[in-house]
Amino acid sequence: MDLKLGKEHEAFREEVIEFLKGWPLSGEETKLPQVEQDQIFRNQAIEKGYVYRDIPTKYGGSEQPHDVIKDTIIQDEFRKVGAPGNIFSIGAAMVAPTLLECAREELCDRFVESAIRGEVNWCQGYSEPNAGSDLASLQTRAELDGDEWVINGQKAWTSMAAEADYMFGLFRTEPDAPKHKGISYLLIDMKAPGITIRPVKQINGGLEFNEVFFDNVRTPVGMMVSERGKGWQVSRATLKHERNLIGDPNMLRNTYLALVELAKKTIRNGRPAIQDPRVRDRLAEIEGYVTTQEYSGLRQLSAAAKGEELKVMLPMMMNKLYSTDTAMMLTRLSQDIIGGDGLIAPNDAETAMAREVQHTPGRWVYEYTAAIAHSIAGGASNIQRNIIGERALGLPRDLRLE
Amino acid sequence: MDFGLTEEQELLQDTLRSFVAGESPVSKLREICDSESGYDPKVWEDLLELGIGGLIVPEEYGGVEMEILDLALVSEILGEGSVPVPFLGHSMAVAAILYAGSEEQKQKWLPVLASGEMLGSIAYAESTDEGEIWEASQATTQLSDGKLNGTKRFVPHGQFADLVVVSVSGGGLAVVEIASAGAKLEPADSLDRSRPLSSIVFEGTPAQELPNADAAVVARIRDIGLVLLAADSFGAAWQLTRMTIEYAKERKQFGTPLAQFQGVKHQISNMATDLDPTRALWWYAAHALDHIADESEKNCALAKAHITERSMEVARSAFELHGGIGYTWECDLQYWFKRAMFNRVFLGTPSEHRARYADLAGW
Repeated sequence: MDLKLGKEHEAFREEVIEFLKGWPLSGEETKLPQVEQDQIFRNQAIEKGYVYRDIPTKYGGSEQPHDVIKDTIIQDEFRKVGAPGNIFSIGAAMVAPTLLECAREELCDRFVESAIRGEVNWCQGYSEPNAGSDLASLQTRAELDGDEWVINGQKAWTSMAAEADYMFGLFRTEPDAPKHKGISYLLIDMKAPGITIRPVKQINGGLEFNEVFFDNVRTPVGMMVSERGKGWQVSRATLKHERNLIGDPNMLRNTYLALVELAKKTIRNGRPAIQDPRVRDRLAEIEGYVTTQEYSGLRQLSAAAKGEELKVMLPMMMNKLYSTDTAMMLTRLSQDIIGGDGLIAPNDAETAMAREVQHTPGRWVYEYTAAIAHSIAGGASNIQRNIIGERALGLPRDLRLE
Repeated sequence: MDFGLTEEQELLQDTLRSFVAGESPVSKLREICDSESGYDPKVWEDLLELGIGGLIVPEEYGGVEMEILDLALVSEILGEGSVPVPFLGHSMAVAAILYAGSEEQKQKWLPVLASGEMLGSIAYAESTDEGEIWEASQATTQLSDGKLNGTKRFVPHGQFADLVVVSVSGGGLAVVEIASAGAKLEPADSLDRSRPLSSIVFEGTPAQELPNADAAVVARIRDIGLVLLAADSFGAAWQLTRMTIEYAKERKQFGTPLAQFQGVKHQISNMATDLDPTRALWWYAAHALDHIADESEKNCALAKAHITERSMEVARSAFELHGGIGYTWECDLQYWFKRAMFNRVFLGTPSEHRARYADLAGW
């Protein structure tokens, strides 16, 4: 083991830190709306090769050679100062990489740049009322009519559908083929006639989810990613990107540090909660999980940098389950510390997605409920346990499954 | 940056694994554990030929001058095989003399410990009116004019040791050549038969103080012990997981292998998920002892607390999934379960180390 970064990467970190002195912006630019300020800085970062490193320059990325260590340095340093890096959206994080991996150039030309610039919003049409964990049983069908696909059916749990300009999703195009082989990956204009969106209210009061109904909705044949019947493989690529988002160990560390702060400033029984031996014990126990996840992430990163992913397949497959379980434990302790404040619903600011959040009691209530969502989204925990058992530990497949 | 093992380290583990499979299979373990003395020096002697007696000892004192991480990697494999050898106590005794001993003491003892001519152990634990003590800094055993007085408990392989490092009042350490010193040894009926324990009563027993045992050095020696226990438990718990996987694939109920039931499969996945990522935790803690001094104490406390605790959960699930057969003396599970129980308690329970962690974190 050698945990020193090495000269090249140390120098790179210095370079990034130097660049980040330009954030926040100064002078006249600070009068611009925040979104514009973000974009100005992001463009500078793309110019330097720090942002959208995997995206070709012709699509507005910085097309840098693959280097996971540099990626991590950038993420760390940007996070420390709250600078705008890669846009955190479905389009930028999931659609762009998937199109680049699986789609014809024409679709990439049309959609990648606007996705990473955040100019076009995307939603994901995967789950259906009767196809959740058993996603491949989905029934929303697309039938060819001339040079268009005609779509009928219903999608469920579609995050941000109301704000989205386009949907990417899975549709049954080959009804006679075996279930995984009858699915294709289509892009759909959300303004197309025949689409009805109905919001579903979540337990935290948010309206991010929607049901989306399709009544003879048309999308051109050119909007298919990859080929007919290959949608399942394409979706694996997208899901991989989604899981990457959820398994970020640093995010857990930040939340953990906020929890320690909460325990320091909350007074329980006449003294800071952190002086309570039970709180200290629980915090230290959770630290064991957070630190494990952090070091395990470091180990995976270093193996990936050497092209030795095979050596770390096991912990890689466990990332999602491990981090969502840890987040659950962590946010549960927050509820013990805030006590009665946990009886109050979070306000709008406390449920907002933002780079920097104030960890108010209401925010902890939101984080606690969000931890529940994370154990479902992107492959529910019991599906993760199946994957770990079957693919990593060599256990047989379930009964009555092909 | 490289958060991984070198080829030499992988080779070291592979070599040891083959050795354990050949020389210390579970049949041998059972034989030794059921024997009168509970110890067979043959396995240890063979291991010594691989250099594990003086792994961290500099070459000038007859060792192979490797790192704490290498020592921990050995510990993992010994835990995986529940190998009944005095590695833990011996390694801590070696560390104590290496870091706290005078030049003369190092020349006297390190070569014979490295070669295995002498077997070392440590005597830390005491039962006092104030409660149980593992921390060397709290020891009440008295050392004055080169004589020891006091009682120590839970000395691993104490009845077979030639030399014992004893924690003494004031936070220091002393060495007793146990065979010649005439201390009173009382073998205990140890739960973990692979690592028998003794009590030792010192009554004016001649001993030599280790002059460089300051607080930092004493902490470092304890931390080495903690990381060895964590690695041993990691190995033991993986073995329990492996045994459970094999059993669940073979054993049939309702006409189908247990592993095909999701309730079983998910429980096994949980065992592995709780455990496997912690490999990075003890690797880091061991690495920190050699390379990141200001991180080592916290990480060793965390590794011991977290991994020995998780291992017990893994063990519990292993029993549950084995059903009644797992609870029998005939079933091999017990060896690894008891190994993990030893690791959890020895040098202090997880909650004690979490409390220490909280202090170290400045909370």
